[in-house]
Amino acid sequence: MKTTGYYKTKKVAVNVLIHAFLLTVAATCLFPLLWMVSSSLKTQDQIFKNMSLIPQGWHFENYYQAWIQGGFGRNFINSIFYTVSVVVGIIIISSMAAYAFSRLRFPGKNILFFMFMAAMMIPIPGSFVPLYVLLTKLHLRNTALGYILCMINVGLSTSIFLLKTFFDKMPKELEDAARIDGCSKLGIWFHVALPLAKPVLAVVVVFNALAVWNEYILALIIFDSKPLMPLQVALMSFQGEFVTRYPLLMAGLTITALPIILVYLLMQKYIVKGVTQGAVVG
Amino acid sequence: MKFKSTLENYVFVLPAVTIFAIFYIIPFFWVFSYALHDWDGILPTMTFVGLGNFKEILVDKIWWQSMTNAGYITLVALTLQNAVAFLLAWACDREIRAKNFYRVLFFIPPVLSEVVVGLVWQWILDGNYGLLNHWLNGMGLHAWVRNWLSDPQTALSAVAIVHCWKGFGWGFLIFLAGLQTIPRELYEAARVDGANAWHTFKNVTIPLMIPVAVLVSILTILGTMQAFVLIIAMTGGGPAYHTDVPVLRILASMRGSSRFGYACAQGITFGVILMAISFIQYRFSKKAKA
Amino acid sequence: MSVRRLAGIFLSLLILSGCSSKLQEAKSTVTIWHWMTDREPAFRELASRYEAKTGVRVNFELYAPSDAYSQKIRSAAQGTNLPDIFGILGEKRDFSSFIKAGLIVDLTPYMEENNSVWKKSFFAKALAVNEFNPGNSYGIKPGIYGVPIDVMSIQLLYNKKLLKQLGFNKPPQNFQEFLSIGKNIKAANMQGMVSGWGEIWMIDCFANDYAFNIMGKDKVIATIKGKVPYTDPDWIKVLTLFKDMQESGVLASGLVTMINKNAEQLFANERAVFAFNGSWCVNVYKEMNPSLDYGVMLPPKVSDKYPASVWGGAGSSFMVNARSKNKEEAVKFLEWLTERDQQAYLSEATNNLPANKESVSKLPEVLASFSEGMEVATHPSVWGVSEFPAVIETLDKGIQSIIIGERTPEQVAADVQKIKERELAKRKYN
Repeated sequence: MKTTGYYKTKKVAVNVLIHAFLLTVAATCLFPLLWMVSSSLKTQDQIFKNMSLIPQGWHFENYYQAWIQGGFGRNFINSIFYTVSVVVGIIIISSMAAYAFSRLRFPGKNILFFMFMAAMMIPIPGSFVPLYVLLTKLHLRNTALGYILCMINVGLSTSIFLLKTFFDKMPKELEDAARIDGCSKLGIWFHVALPLAKPVLAVVVVFNALAVWNEYILALIIFDSKPLMPLQVALMSFQGEFVTRYPLLMAGLTITALPIILVYLLMQKYIVKGVTQGAVVG
Repeated sequence: MKFKSTLENYVFVLPAVTIFAIFYIIPFFWVFSYALHDWDGILPTMTFVGLGNFKEILVDKIWWQSMTNAGYITLVALTLQNAVAFLLAWACDREIRAKNFYRVLFFIPPVLSEVVVGLVWQWILDGNYGLLNHWLNGMGLHAWVRNWLSDPQTALSAVAIVHCWKGFGWGFLIFLAGLQTIPRELYEAARVDGANAWHTFKNVTIPLMIPVAVLVSILTILGTMQAFVLIIAMTGGGPAYHTDVPVLRILASMRGSSRFGYACAQGITFGVILMAISFIQYRFSKKAKA
Repeated sequence: MSVRRLAGIFLSLLILSGCSSKLQEAKSTVTIWHWMTDREPAFRELASRYEAKTGVRVNFELYAPSDAYSQKIRSAAQGTNLPDIFGILGEKRDFSSFIKAGLIVDLTPYMEENNSVWKKSFFAKALAVNEFNPGNSYGIKPGIYGVPIDVMSIQLLYNKKLLKQLGFNKPPQNFQEFLSIGKNIKAANMQGMVSGWGEIWMIDCFANDYAFNIMGKDKVIATIKGKVPYTDPDWIKVLTLFKDMQESGVLASGLVTMINKNAEQLFANERAVFAFNGSWCVNVYKEMNPSLDYGVMLPPKVSDKYPASVWGGAGSSFMVNARSKNKEEAVKFLEWLTERDQQAYLSEATNNLPANKESVSKLPEVLASFSEGMEVATHPSVWGVSEFPAVIETLDKGIQSIIIGERTPEQVAADVQKIKERELAKRKYN
C-alpha cells in the first residue's frame, strides 16, 4: 500500500525534474539574447576581445546612434505598417479560404487545396526575377501595395494549412446551432469559427508577423526609394561591406527584436486561454 | 438555389486564389520555362535545352550529397527538436509556476535574427576560443575537444543541433496550442474513470494530438530542408561539401556559375521531392489515425 | 473606433500607397546604386561637393549586403529599371553578358578623348579589369566599359609582435621558411594563417598565386584553355603545397570553414600570426584594433623560375547604363569622381588605394606596402579567358578536402580534370 508520503515525494521529484529541464532549455535560449544586449553596450574593439557578458562601460549611446544612423524613425513605421497590413490581410483571406476548404462544398475544392499545399512545398528560389517583372507590368513595383500583396502570398499556404487543420477538428454542433439560428455562412465564419480558432489564429499572427518583420531581400529588390524601405533593409547597412559595426548592429537588432517579442507576448495569452467557455464535450 | 450557394462558397476562396494565381502560379510557370533553358540570367536570349538541365541534375553527385545532408539535418529536427518541443509544451500545459516566463523564453530563438544566432553559436562552437571547448577542458574532458564546425565528422551534426535550437520554439508553440484545445473535461472524465497519468496520456492526449503532430512534422520537414542562412554564417557549406544543402547549391548555380536555368531546374526538382515526402507523410498519418 | 471604420481607414491607406509618388526628377539628377556601406558617408560628401560645383544632383543609394545588391541589379536588368550608374558584382562573363544585353555604355570614346587624358590617369591594372581586349573569348568588341574607383591587392599579412615572440625578427623570405615557422607556431600553441577559406574564391586566389609562381602565367592560361591537364605534375605541386602547409602547422585550425570577416577579427585581435587578405583590411583592422603592429608581404615564393604574383586590380568599379536618359551627365560625374583630388579624399576617408595614379602621395605605411604589390598583380578578369565555375568549385573544395586530410593532391587533380573534360565536352569554353 503506497503511502501519501510516497506520492508527495514523487510529485515533488517530478516537479523538480520538470523545472530543471525547463530551466536548462530556458538558459540556452536566454544566453544569445544576453550576448546581443551586452554586445550592444560595448565598443567595437571590445566586442571580441572581452568575452564576458558584462560590458566594461555601458555605452547606451550605441542605441541612439543606431536609431539615427539606421533610419529607425521612418523605416520602423514602414515595417509596422507592412507587418500589420500583411497580418490583417492574411487572417481574413486565409481563414475564409481555410473555412471553405474545411466546411463548404464546391467543385474543384480538392484541386485548389492541393495547389495551395503544393505551393508550400515547392519553394521557388529565383522567383525574384519573374516577380519583379510581374510587378513592373502591374505598375506595382516600388509600391507598398505590391510588397504587401507579395508578402501575403508568401504566408498564404502555411496559414491556410494551419487553419484548416484546426477547423477540421472543430465540433460541428456549434455551427449547426448557429445555422439553425439563421446565421449566414459569412456570419458563421465570423461569429463561430474565428473565435473558436483563437489559439491557431494567434499562431498564424505570430508566424506571419515574424516573417514580414524579418524580411529584407524582397523589399530590397522591389523598393527603389528609401522612404518605403522596411527596417531590416536599414539594419543591413550596419553590416558593412568590409567593416561590420558590431555594437551598432547589435543595438539595432535588439531594438528590432522588441516589437516582435511584444506581439508574441500579446498573442500567447490567446494560446493560453484556448477553449471557449461552454464548448461541447467531444 | 444550389448554384447560388456554390457561388457563395467560391467567394470565400476568391481573394486567396486570386493572389495565389498572380503571385505564385504565374511566376511558377515562368520559372518552369527557365528551367527548360540554358540561361545566365542576364542575356536577352536563352537556349532551349528541354529536359537537359533535369537530366544533369540526376547525375549531379554534389546535388544529391546536399540532399542527403539536408535529410540528415531534417531527421535530427524531426526527432530531437520535436521531442523537446513536445515535452516542453506538455510541461507548460500543466499548472506550474512561472509558465509565462518559460513561454516567452522558449520563443526567443525563432525571434532572434539569424545574424545573432550565427555569430553566437559560432563563438560557442569555435575550435580554439569557443565556449564549449572551454567548458569541456574545464571539466577535464580533453578528448572531446575538437573543432566542431570544421571537423568533417562533427560539422553536419553541429549545424543540425543549432537548427534544432533555433526551431523548437515553433513546435513548442503549435504543440501548446494543440494541447490547450483539448477540453479539460476529457481529462476530468478520464480521472473519474480511474485512469492514471500514463493512461490519460495514452488514451486522451496522444490521439487528439496526432493531427497536430502531423502538422508539426510537415512544417518541420519543409522548414528544415530549406534552411541555409545559418549554414552560410557558420560553415559556408564546408568543409568540402560536408554541410552543403540544396538551397546553397541553387544559390551557387544562380550566382556562382550564373546558370539561372539550371538553378530553376534544381529548385523545381527540390520542390517535387519535398512534395513527395510530405505526401507520403500525410498518407502515413491518415493510416495511423484509422 | 469601430472595426469597420478602422478597416476603412486601413483600406484607403493601402490604396493610396499603391499610387506611389514617383520621385520627382530634378532638372538633372544622376542616380547611382552602390553596395559599399563603408563609403556611404564619403560618397554623400562627394555628392554634395559636386552639386555645389555643377548644380547636378547625385543620388547615391545604398543596397547592402553585396549579395542582395547583386540580385537587385540582375532583377532590375530584367525589368529595365537600372539606374544611371551601377556596379556589376560578378565575373567577366557576367560583365560580358550585360554588355551583350545592351545595358552598358562603351566608355572608350570618352576615355580616349583629349589624347586619352582620362584613360592615362588610371593605373593600367585598374583599368584592365574593366577592359575587353582584342581577341577576347567573350565576343565583346574591344574597349573600356567600366570605371575603377579604387584599387586593391590581396597579399600576406604578418603580426610583427607575434613573430618576434616566436623568435623571428623578419618575415619568412621563402616558402620553406614559411613552413618551418609552422613548427614554432604549433609548439607555442598559437594559430598560424587565417583567411576566409570557407569562401571558395580566397582559396582560388591563393592557389592561383602559387600556380603562377610555379609554372608561369602562360601554362596556367593554357590549362584554362584546356591544352594542359590539371593532372600535370606542376598542378600537383600546387596542390601539395596545401598539404604541406597543413602538416607544418602554419595554417590556423578551422581555416576551411572560416569566413573572411572572422579571419579579420582573429588577426585584428592578435590571435593569428598570419592573414591572407586584401588591402581593404587596413580599414577593418584600424577600427578593431588601432594598435595592431603588422606588415604586408607577397606570399613567400616557392620557386625562383617565375615571379611571385598576387591578385590585384580594380577594387570597385562603376558602369554607365546604356538606357539611361542622363548618360552624358553620368559620364561627367564619373570623370570628376576619378580625378586626383576626389580620389585622394576617398582614399583617405576609407583607407583604400586610389585608382588614380596621381593620388598616391600620402598613404599610410601599410597601404603603401600594399600598393607596391600592384607591380606583380594580376586578376582573372584580365586574362581574356575564364575557367568553368564547376571546375573552380571542384578545385577549391578539393583543396579543402586536402587540408582536412580526406583526399590527396593526386586524387583532387584527377577529380578536377574529370570535371574539366566534362565541361569542355558540353560547350565551347568561355
